[in-house]
Amino acid sequence: MNAIADAFANARGQGRAALVGYLTAYDPDEINSLERLYAACEAGLDVLELGVPFSDPTADGPGIQAAMVRALSAGATLDGVLRLAAAVRERFATPIVLFSYANPLLRRAPEVFARAAGAGVDGLLVVDLPPEHGAEFRSAAAAAGLAWVPLVAPTTPDDRIGRVVADATGFVYAVTLKGVTGSALGVEQADRAAALTEQLRRIRAHTDRPIAAGFGVRTPADVRALAAAADGVVVGTALIEAAQISTADMAELVQALRAATERPA
Amino acid sequence: MSGQLQFGEFGGRYVAETLMPAVAQLGEAWEAAWKDPAFHAEYDRIMAQYVGRPSPVSVAPRLAAALGARRILLKREDLNHTGSHKINNCVGQALLAKRMGKTRIIAETGAGQHGVATATVCAYFGLPCVVYMGAVDVERQELNVFRMRLLGAQVVPVTAGSATLKDAINEALRDWVAHVDDTHYIIGSVMGPDPYPTMVREFHRVIGTEARAQCLQLDGALPDVVLACVGGGSNAMGIFSGFVDDADVALVGAEAAGEGLDGKHAATMARGAVGVYHGMRSIVLQDDDGQLQEAHSISAGLDYPGVGPEHAHLRTIGRARYVSITDAQALQALDLVARTEGIIVALETAHAFAALPELVAEDADRTFLVNVSGRGDKDMHTVMAQREADVT
Repeated sequence: MNAIADAFANARGQGRAALVGYLTAYDPDEINSLERLYAACEAGLDVLELGVPFSDPTADGPGIQAAMVRALSAGATLDGVLRLAAAVRERFATPIVLFSYANPLLRRAPEVFARAAGAGVDGLLVVDLPPEHGAEFRSAAAAAGLAWVPLVAPTTPDDRIGRVVADATGFVYAVTLKGVTGSALGVEQADRAAALTEQLRRIRAHTDRPIAAGFGVRTPADVRALAAAADGVVVGTALIEAAQISTADMAELVQALRAATERPA
Repeated sequence: MSGQLQFGEFGGRYVAETLMPAVAQLGEAWEAAWKDPAFHAEYDRIMAQYVGRPSPVSVAPRLAAALGARRILLKREDLNHTGSHKINNCVGQALLAKRMGKTRIIAETGAGQHGVATATVCAYFGLPCVVYMGAVDVERQELNVFRMRLLGAQVVPVTAGSATLKDAINEALRDWVAHVDDTHYIIGSVMGPDPYPTMVREFHRVIGTEARAQCLQLDGALPDVVLACVGGGSNAMGIFSGFVDDADVALVGAEAAGEGLDGKHAATMARGAVGVYHGMRSIVLQDDDGQLQEAHSISAGLDYPGVGPEHAHLRTIGRARYVSITDAQALQALDLVARTEGIIVALETAHAFAALPELVAEDADRTFLVNVSGRGDKDMHTVMAQREADVT
């Protein structure tokens, strides 16, 4: 049983959705990034998504893009990102999913996968690698013992969902909106909330893996709206913005989001 | 078709899942349209009546004499409506967008030529148009920015990253993800996810088809060398496509070496490595950690750290070769062509001309066909600034 599945099962046993938190590695620099990662795990993340900085993050909005600029200016490298992962692993059991664009991994493939596993990374999510090209990484990642996390978008037609989720060995990442990370989710509108629930139901019909919903999830209200239908909820941009104020602000937000994952009995 | 690499080990559809259905839909719509005689008829009609095709082939005897070459021919894409080859692709994609029921057009632009061509066809077809352009390029191509606005397009300056072409593409991709239902993204070169590299080449194939027939009519023979500048590589793929099956015709692409290969440059072929970028697997300028490097060229249209996947393939199989041309060489060539032939070419195009001396030195007794991809009016500001800097 891998650590990711354990984390989701554990949350489910506690009557709540798992809280998945994204932070860009090296934002704003190596030392402060590590402090943020420690604080986020300490405050109750169930799964940590560790973002590999990339020069051209086309799937990300201004918030994460700015984090990547800070990280690269501070000298982020893939080796450095794996060093951070190893440091987190030494102190916390929280499963770590590496969230990356294809090119930084491709540049170091295939040896990077075994090194990531050695650093304590549990899974891999490559945002611009659709299933049509996933085989290039998937088998090497699997051989290294890394779980694979595919993305399903709101635009993914029903007859394609099966193909996308077939690759999942960690969880399935349900992208909640047509847009980049950090856009407005709009769950306060009843029809939007209903559409999200319907989207999750469509995915559920194709997989037994846990489903985590993300993109645009910022507030405890957003988390509450999704926690009933999703196995996990992913928060990224909001954590990064809070961390820019202070690490304590970010930790406080993690606690509030975690409390919002509780499902009404 | 999806999932395969279309050009040897290059090509593909490396995009976020949100865009995959749109890219697949575009691929199907394009294939159906390109098989439809009615679509071709409409495209051909607009090419003739609006773009002004066929563009002529001119003989360049004074340039040939200056360089000591036997014969130089020029394919005059600079004489198209809007002043460059870019309009061929824009007409084709706008027709396709209408056929697909898309009601909004977005585009990126570097030099502004593709942006102007897109704004032009959007005005022609009555479609709203948003053009993303790096803030640095907005500055150095202000005339084209004014042109786009005059044509009714909204020009959005992009300040992220190097604030040039690659960042404009990033922003256009973000827009497309958010408006994927009603928006068509007119990519301006033979790059991006499949079907773009193939589709854009096909919309520019008219350059090569015409040029081949015109050379045969003029000389009763094919040229020995076909030469074009390469940023993403659309004008080059357009003219190459007419000659790629003629094994005796050498194909040469000229990329931008900027300040020199050891300084700031955009010489993807000379200094790049295999990577996944902007939806494709191709050759890209990157560091050891897979981060894209900022490209530099005096010509905004060549200021891009990648190259179309079919060019990467043509080089790999040895069918085409690529040379690197510095800013200074390009400026010199622009001067020479202006004085010998009375044609002020675009700075991008000047890179192709600048490759001639080396090729003539290899063997002067050949016929060289140069694709004059665009005219230089837009660059006068840059050339003037360069002159002033040289004097002081």
